[in-house]
Amino acid sequence: MYSSRKICLPIVAVLLAAGSLAGAAEPGSFGYGSVATPAQIAGWDIDARGEDGAGLPPGKGTVDRGADVYAEQCAACHGTFGEGEGRFPKLVGGVGSLRDERPEPTVGSYWPFAPTLWDYINRAMPMQAPHTLSADDVYALTAYILNLNDLVPNEFVADRNSLPKVKMRNRDNFIWTDPRPDTMTKPCMNDCANAADVRISSTAEGRNLTPRTTGPLDTMQQK
Amino acid sequence: MGRRRFLRRFLGLGAVLTGSLAVGGKQAMAHPAQESPPADAPWSQSIGAGVVDRPYGRPADTEASVIRRNVPWLTASAESSVSFSPLQDLHGIITPNGLFFERHHAGRPDVDPAQHKLMIHGLVERPLLLTMKDIMRFPSVSRIHFIECPANGGMNWRAAQMNSLQFSHGMVSCAEWTGVKLSTLLEETGIKNQAKWAMVEGADGAHMNRSLPLDKCLDDCLVVYAQNGEALRPEQGYPLRLVVPGWEGNVNIKWLRRIKLGEKPWHTREETSKYTDLMPDGTSRGFTWLIDAKSVVTFPCPEKPLDGPGLYEIRGLAWTGNGKVKRVDVTMDGGVNWQSARLHEPVLSKALTKFTLPWRWDGRPALVASRVIDETGYVQPTIAQLRAQRGSNSVYHNNSIQTWQVKPDGSVFNVQLA
Repeated sequence: MYSSRKICLPIVAVLLAAGSLAGAAEPGSFGYGSVATPAQIAGWDIDARGEDGAGLPPGKGTVDRGADVYAEQCAACHGTFGEGEGRFPKLVGGVGSLRDERPEPTVGSYWPFAPTLWDYINRAMPMQAPHTLSADDVYALTAYILNLNDLVPNEFVADRNSLPKVKMRNRDNFIWTDPRPDTMTKPCMNDCANAADVRISSTAEGRNLTPRTTGPLDTMQQK
Repeated sequence: MGRRRFLRRFLGLGAVLTGSLAVGGKQAMAHPAQESPPADAPWSQSIGAGVVDRPYGRPADTEASVIRRNVPWLTASAESSVSFSPLQDLHGIITPNGLFFERHHAGRPDVDPAQHKLMIHGLVERPLLLTMKDIMRFPSVSRIHFIECPANGGMNWRAAQMNSLQFSHGMVSCAEWTGVKLSTLLEETGIKNQAKWAMVEGADGAHMNRSLPLDKCLDDCLVVYAQNGEALRPEQGYPLRLVVPGWEGNVNIKWLRRIKLGEKPWHTREETSKYTDLMPDGTSRGFTWLIDAKSVVTFPCPEKPLDGPGLYEIRGLAWTGNGKVKRVDVTMDGGVNWQSARLHEPVLSKALTKFTLPWRWDGRPALVASRVIDETGYVQPTIAQLRAQRGSNSVYHNNSIQTWQVKPDGSVFNVQLA
């Protein structure tokens, strides 16, 4: 036979949980999971903030060391001097091209913050074996790629203090508040244009860029 | 069924079949295709496969062409690439799970849910480590939302390039998502006063990550484990993903493993080097999360031409990150005259909405297009209006009106109008 006290306890717990659904709950109301320990957090806390480098770890790397690591780990896709192989991204060049018909956004011409380069290499590169480089080697690669882009001198040593101070060329050309909606239209219903003025300015017909949409997957490459 | 009854039924069927064939054959000469009912087809003359013949169902073999497809020349590798939903063969507002478009930054990881964990830390009172079991104990919600890659239509910024609905618009899909509100999880950890942003990160090889304003996280974001009633597909982030309703696809982090609260945005690679919009004056717009209102006619389209003059139903989809679709107008003459289409229920916030309009095609050339107006009054622009503001190098957020050219033979082409 259960005592009434034993039955009541779960009910109280349910009521507490239900109450917490309605309004702002106290932290830990549900009590699910475990509190993350500092050691657990340290294991996953890999991010480095672009603007000020907050989160960059200890360690350092030179341009020379970076050249060696780059040749081994990066050049196959990104090219010996960052020029990019095939359709893999160029890392170098394009300075002054952003208003051109065919702009080339690269680390040198486009990226606004140097610590972001450390963060990205560390979190995602090399593509086939991510998270295998030491912090020192990531610093070295960052130094080398910045140097390829003439952003730092040959003797530059990348570390948590030096990277946030690197002045990136495109840093001041980002607008971080969305200006949309940037088109205004009143939805006209009748005689919205002169029918004679309706003209096709471009057509996809005959361009031979579109893979087939029936049968097996297409393997077409650009002509 | 007893053996006798079975035989009787089988024999009876045979007698009817023989009779109908004989009659059909005789009369076909006099009045083809009118007199006799069609002969029983082979699948009507035998017993079909039993239950659990396919324990997890699959489409009919004849639907084998209805698949996600990619543009092999578009990206350097299939691991950092996209695939497109076959919108031309879909009929509602829900995308079947096997056809939901894909965007991976480091391929599709196959995650063990027993080992997967979500960490929430940073400017919180009580950092947490949650297993999948823990997450599934929290109060659950189910909501229908679209997800669209902001590069959907990107190949048509400069000119009409892709002669296909699948490849011009197929990076949008819509599903019912089930999970826990992100606000519930953040209330469980407690939020420190200084927290203004969240960094959300995946467990894929790229640890794909983005910054999100805390306000959006607390408004309507979901941490989901299910898609259209079953566990997420690996391609959509199994076992756990973020859904950020109405915002560009890449912030809906898949294989979600970490949420960190902070005072400022992180300016990650995916919100500086990528997913920023380059303007003609050389400046770039960052943090352009919102998916503006967009619509497209899904029939007719290049993959589904018209079969001679007559009555058709124009069909299409509309959606907006601002909330609900209010109205969709359709033109057959390149925008000189428009008619409002019928919206089909349910019309849900930040979900695909279906529209239709009957059309009697007289066989003459036509320029068919749709234009959505959302509940904020925002009107879908033309490509010319977008280019006037943003040039043609901004890659992302091309939500312009799509025009299909219908030729007298019924064939359909992707065109842009001056």
